[in-house]
Amino acid sequence: MGWALALHGGAGDIPRSLPTERREPRLATLRRCLDLGAAALRAGRPALDVVELVVRELEDCPHFNAGRGSVLTADGTVEMEAAVMEGATLRCGAVSGLSTVVNPVSLARLVMEKTPHIYLAFHGAEAFAREQGVETKDPSHFITEDNIERLRQAKEANRVQIDYTQPMKGQSPQETKAPVDDNSQTGTVGCVAIDAAGNLATATSTGGLVNKMPGRIGDTPLVGAGTYANAICAVSATGRGEEIIRHTVARDVAALMEHCGLPLRDAAARVVAGTPRGTTGLVAVSGAGEVCMAHNTTGMFRACATEDGYAEVGIWTDEADGNGASVSVRL
Amino acid sequence: MGWALAVQGAAGAISPSLPPELREPRLATLRRCLDLGAAALRAGRHALDVVELVVRELENCPHFNAGRGSVLTADGTVEMEASIMEGRTLRCGAVVGLSTVVNPISLARVLMEKTPVIYLAFDGAEAFARDQGVETKDPSYFITQDNIERLRQEKEANKLQSTKGQSPQEIPSPTDGNSRIGTVGCVAVDAAGNLASATSTGGHANKMAGRIGDTPIVGAGTYANALCAVSTTGMGEDIIRYTVARDVAAVMEHRGLPLRDAAVRVVAGMPRDTVGLVAVSGAGEVCMVYNTIGMFRACATEAGHTEVGIWADDVDANGESVSIRL
Repeated sequence: MGWALALHGGAGDIPRSLPTERREPRLATLRRCLDLGAAALRAGRPALDVVELVVRELEDCPHFNAGRGSVLTADGTVEMEAAVMEGATLRCGAVSGLSTVVNPVSLARLVMEKTPHIYLAFHGAEAFAREQGVETKDPSHFITEDNIERLRQAKEANRVQIDYTQPMKGQSPQETKAPVDDNSQTGTVGCVAIDAAGNLATATSTGGLVNKMPGRIGDTPLVGAGTYANAICAVSATGRGEEIIRHTVARDVAALMEHCGLPLRDAAARVVAGTPRGTTGLVAVSGAGEVCMAHNTTGMFRACATEDGYAEVGIWTDEADGNGASVSVRL
Repeated sequence: MGWALAVQGAAGAISPSLPPELREPRLATLRRCLDLGAAALRAGRHALDVVELVVRELENCPHFNAGRGSVLTADGTVEMEASIMEGRTLRCGAVVGLSTVVNPISLARVLMEKTPVIYLAFDGAEAFARDQGVETKDPSYFITQDNIERLRQEKEANKLQSTKGQSPQEIPSPTDGNSRIGTVGCVAVDAAGNLASATSTGGHANKMAGRIGDTPIVGAGTYANALCAVSTTGMGEDIIRYTVARDVAAVMEHRGLPLRDAAVRVVAGMPRDTVGLVAVSGAGEVCMVYNTIGMFRACATEAGHTEVGIWADDVDANGESVSIRL
């Protein structure tokens, strides 16, 4: 059977016209993360360590909506959230409302390992971070020019439309349908893995929705919504947080496998198909070593690798750069 | 089929020697809530209205761990959380970290109905409360003497436990019968078959500031879909990792089990002494299942069944009980 790993950098309405300079740095990071994760698994590291280290890399990369590079709230601030979960034990940890913690996923792991609690948020989470001596930086460290611009556009769009399409300045009305802003308002990073010993783990991290109300929490830190692992599978979701919450996406994949005996791919496809179009993506691995990456959005930044040598990196579905039969499903 | 309603006011190590002065006021409130809820259902009110109004009553009652009477954080403050969900549409709302809002459940509903956001916390939630003009009071309003005492006992027990090397979960519960856990909740199916669930709490006594429990987490403490509505109470962390409320519905759906069997299966799969739940189904079934010593609970159906109780052997019911203690 062997180890397997899958990771994502956000599902959304990622336009095919995405310019090279917006595509390549992210693909490069996905490849680097895939290599790091695969190397760790080959070296026998436990799944929990692997998902944490991969998500830390993604948080540190300013091109993804997590850690540095997180999208901004309506107040122009950053409120980061993350969760980890270990399949074999159902242990989990989650944090929300972080503004200075360099690696939210690592703080989530500390909540899991060092407290009797699962979930800490806002002031309490920041205080815990200081107690634990994790790396923190001034809030300005996390804010990028791209995100300041993204917020400005979102506020402008809100004045004329209620929905979340973001017109780009200087474009004709016909071209405003697909936002050129490649992160659009969705985006999260995540990683799932099964290690050589068969342990499953998942980790997800995000800055949330651009222009979100301060205090708004999405699906990422909610066990069963954006993040879930048990003995059957590990799932990390991305997309429109509110839909992922009400459809308990991550939990449902495992439930379908357990109760209906579906293989991972079918369970994932069914769950994603059950959410509104354009809202959901996920990566998952099962205890049997299956890997799946499913989305009902235009695209999802993603990558996966297995011990028997399969590897795939992609954004959309028909261009996935894989060395075998794709495990990506677009619904 | 008809309407049905169930209410909970916490599951836990509620000592059978709980004195009348701690038992009667809570039972009286449960009965009053049952009457209010049943009257509203008889009058044709929507399930969402009913669960909200019942939980508001429980939040206003200082003897339950929600709203006024919420347990205190390690800092001696109140951080309240609540969530509400409508079965047919899967609409939901949740609020966390409130310190001045008199009725957290109502704020959760306003969030659900007025914004595209499901989940709002701490300063942002308090700011939203002010924007919406919901009733707020000074934080001191929510703090009761009982809870100040409860916190003192918890801190004392923690000191003992850290010298003995016990894990926090092994601390014996204070004998006042509230233990450290508690929540209030209500589920209902109305005359038109609409399902709804609402849960509210102050959380876990002596919790770390910022700690969020199961109550506001859709799928853990609260869940409703077209099949059933569930509200849970107990050890928040266990309820989260076992996604209790969601699992009841999933087991009904995928295994074709009736509500009672699904609820029993889910609760039986949890560690002992960690959980209680009340649930109603779209078919009008109602059940109240717990694996703790007791659970403050009550239910009523259109067919005329009513039940109020705390333990397994004190149930005041006018027919066959729908309570199950595992």
